[in-house]
Amino acid sequence: MKLLLSVLSLVALLATPVAAIEIQPVTSPEGRQAWLVEEGSIPFVSIQVIFTGGSSLDPEGKAGAMSLMTALLNEGAGDLDSQAYATALESLAGTISFEAGRDQVSMTIRALTENRDQVIDLAMLALTQARLDDDSIDRVRAQMIASQEREARNPNSIARRAFAELGFAGHPYATPTGGTPESIAGLTSEDVRNAYRAAFTGDLVYVGAAGDISAQDLGAIVDRIVGALPDSNSTLPDYRSFNAPPGITVIDFPAPQSVIQFGHAGMRWDDDDFMTAYVINSAFGGGGFNSSLMQELREQRGLTYGVYTGLASNRFGDSFVGSFSTANETVVQAIDLVRAQFEWLANGGMTQEDLDRIQTYLTGAYALRFDGNGSIAQILASMQFQGYPLNYINIRNDLIRAITLDDVRRVSARLAQPDALQFVVVGQPVGLD
Amino acid sequence: MTNPLRLIVVAMMAVAASLSPVFAADPPQVFTLDNGMEVVVIEDNRAPVVVQMVWYRVGAADDPAGQSGIAHYLEHLMFKATDTMAEGEFSSTVEANGGRDNAFTSWDYTAYFQRVASDRLGLMMQMEADRMVNLRLDQSDWLPERDVILREREQRVGSSADRAFGEQMRAALFQNHPYGRPIIGWRHEIEQLTGEIATDFYRLHYAPNNAILIVAGDVKADEVLALAQQYYGPIPAVADLPARSRPTEPPQLAERRLLMRDGRVGQPYVNRLYLAPNRRSGDQRQAAAFQVLATLLGASSQTSVLERALTYDQGLTLSAWAGYQGTALDQGYFTLGVMPATGVSLQEAEDAMDRVLAEFIETGVDADQLERVRMQIRAESIYRQDSARSRAESLGAAMAVGLTPQDQEDWINIILSVTPDEIITAARSLDRRASVTGWLMGEDQ
Repeated sequence: MKLLLSVLSLVALLATPVAAIEIQPVTSPEGRQAWLVEEGSIPFVSIQVIFTGGSSLDPEGKAGAMSLMTALLNEGAGDLDSQAYATALESLAGTISFEAGRDQVSMTIRALTENRDQVIDLAMLALTQARLDDDSIDRVRAQMIASQEREARNPNSIARRAFAELGFAGHPYATPTGGTPESIAGLTSEDVRNAYRAAFTGDLVYVGAAGDISAQDLGAIVDRIVGALPDSNSTLPDYRSFNAPPGITVIDFPAPQSVIQFGHAGMRWDDDDFMTAYVINSAFGGGGFNSSLMQELREQRGLTYGVYTGLASNRFGDSFVGSFSTANETVVQAIDLVRAQFEWLANGGMTQEDLDRIQTYLTGAYALRFDGNGSIAQILASMQFQGYPLNYINIRNDLIRAITLDDVRRVSARLAQPDALQFVVVGQPVGLD
Repeated sequence: MTNPLRLIVVAMMAVAASLSPVFAADPPQVFTLDNGMEVVVIEDNRAPVVVQMVWYRVGAADDPAGQSGIAHYLEHLMFKATDTMAEGEFSSTVEANGGRDNAFTSWDYTAYFQRVASDRLGLMMQMEADRMVNLRLDQSDWLPERDVILREREQRVGSSADRAFGEQMRAALFQNHPYGRPIIGWRHEIEQLTGEIATDFYRLHYAPNNAILIVAGDVKADEVLALAQQYYGPIPAVADLPARSRPTEPPQLAERRLLMRDGRVGQPYVNRLYLAPNRRSGDQRQAAAFQVLATLLGASSQTSVLERALTYDQGLTLSAWAGYQGTALDQGYFTLGVMPATGVSLQEAEDAMDRVLAEFIETGVDADQLERVRMQIRAESIYRQDSARSRAESLGAAMAVGLTPQDQEDWINIILSVTPDEIITAARSLDRRASVTGWLMGEDQ
């Protein structure tokens, strides 16, 4: 199910809880913003920093540059070589990790209260004085090629990538965040340094923190981190909706079961109807044994272990995408069922009962997302990145409850486009040419 | 405050003066119902949510011969109808209450859980108690579910060379113990499973005196106990629970070697599994030594013994690893592995791995590295308090294999007290005759 988690993660963040936690807006001495949930019962803090851009900034032909760069950030900084840097961090039992996403690079820090400043020192070194030595680049590039070779032979990845290539040709979203074995092999030391300069800029950065830290201490950290970075001069990509031609694309892969990725254009994250679309997707295929698709394919017919859909409403593009696996013999039947479910949805199939059920679930499940300091810090940074107001957390459930069946029917007709569906089938399906 | 753990910690500090104390959260509270069901409560009042987990002391290693996969199949079927609930009603009720539910099966246990707002705990217990004894399996339910499992197997194992290789490795490591069988079952045996077989298995193993209830989150222990008595209390104990004795391993006399080729392999690698001791109640020192050994050899991708020597200094591998799994009823295992760098053969990489292990035994434990590992373990005792759910999960797994909550509380301190001599003794005891070494390669490699 991993493949869909990344697609769904942005969507999941929308379902941020109300109440229970109190977000404190923090303004640093130099006037920068951060969001904090202060909770001192366990002596550590989680800090999440999001830098806008991510692999969308990889230049043409340089897919994977941002990922390779972030993988090199624990390979030494300043006077500390790779071993010395790792040793220093381990001695403090802190975590500093970087991840290149589609639209952002995120930095995750976890530090004990007793040595938090020293962990921040190491994070600052990585952000401003990463060594990016040639021998490290060679080693990490080889590791990344190995992992991408594996991806390139994984039917789930093959399906996901082919689907993206079909729908986002010419846009950064057409290429995988981590690049391909070929694109990574071509990356030079200069590409890595360019990615480093492009990634960490001080103007489009968002900070969330949770745990044992005061607003004052957090403010000082924000000034240290953000104040040290230059402003961005990168050009962000143009916005694009998924636009593959409808149909079925078969990619031969020797296995008794096929992996199917399907979908069409989705909805912009800032669309007025986005919340309604989110509710519709949750009932239709957003996880859980009771979704419409899960009932049709798994519970009633045993055709698959799981079928999921998600609104991939990213910063620079959108799609409405789903996936499942089924035996080669039942691919045609399953595709027909998915298509029929899209028609059912587009024609106003969802009932008041479906809506009540999903509203109860979504509004009730809010608190489950408070899964500790790490999750809360991440949610706080993501909410800012996505442009949500501070009080969103308090009104979000009301917004969900306010959605009517009329809204659902109107937006379903807009969202579900059975005739636009593209299916990428990776396997040896029976009855498809 | 009189916290017994605190006293142990203070005693520990005398030994390891440079370490600050292990962070002591409130220990879990433990009860036993009259029918033998164990009840454990972990209070964490930071958020108004709770997780209920019911762990049955039965898993894939209890599948009868020829019926591999039955424990896991039953886990799926537990979401079907009972005498009073319709098929699917369990999960939809959880969902209608804003909760999430699921289940998982391992070799030694099967566990069911729900995460919900804490005021819904009673309802969750009512439903979980109901399906402990009132499951009703109709063919219209169990037949399509068997297809779901075949799809699951195909999705997990059939589409991943690594998973298929892992399955073959285990099957070769265990010569007699059912740990060698896949949890999900072998395909040809899954195809023969029926609702009747599942029902027999259910009647035999699902009972309050074979179950552990763990509730973690925003609750009070006495309230949980009262609810547990109300819902689980009336279920009678089963008098003739089968003893948990599985076939055991004979002395292993011959090292096994596997070569698996698969067109989907991107980068070949070597993996080795050794039989190793498991954690035993009141006797966890040996297991703790293996745990620290695995951490020193392979936990850090940069400074661990294997990575530093092979990936950094010698440039022979892309990565190298070590691991230890000791939370098991009958037998633990230890893992070593390497993925060669370009131009290095699997044989060269494996030889280099063995050289590093031999040198480690020869030169002994690096005191600074051990100190860092201890610092991280101590920090982990703080970080892990952040998730009541993961505390519930690790405690449940420990109790399901015969460890007590006290064993689990002691575990971290025992790990911190492991000496360099004990670590080297553990390393020396890794016996190639009780091991399997596998090479996973592409078709053309």
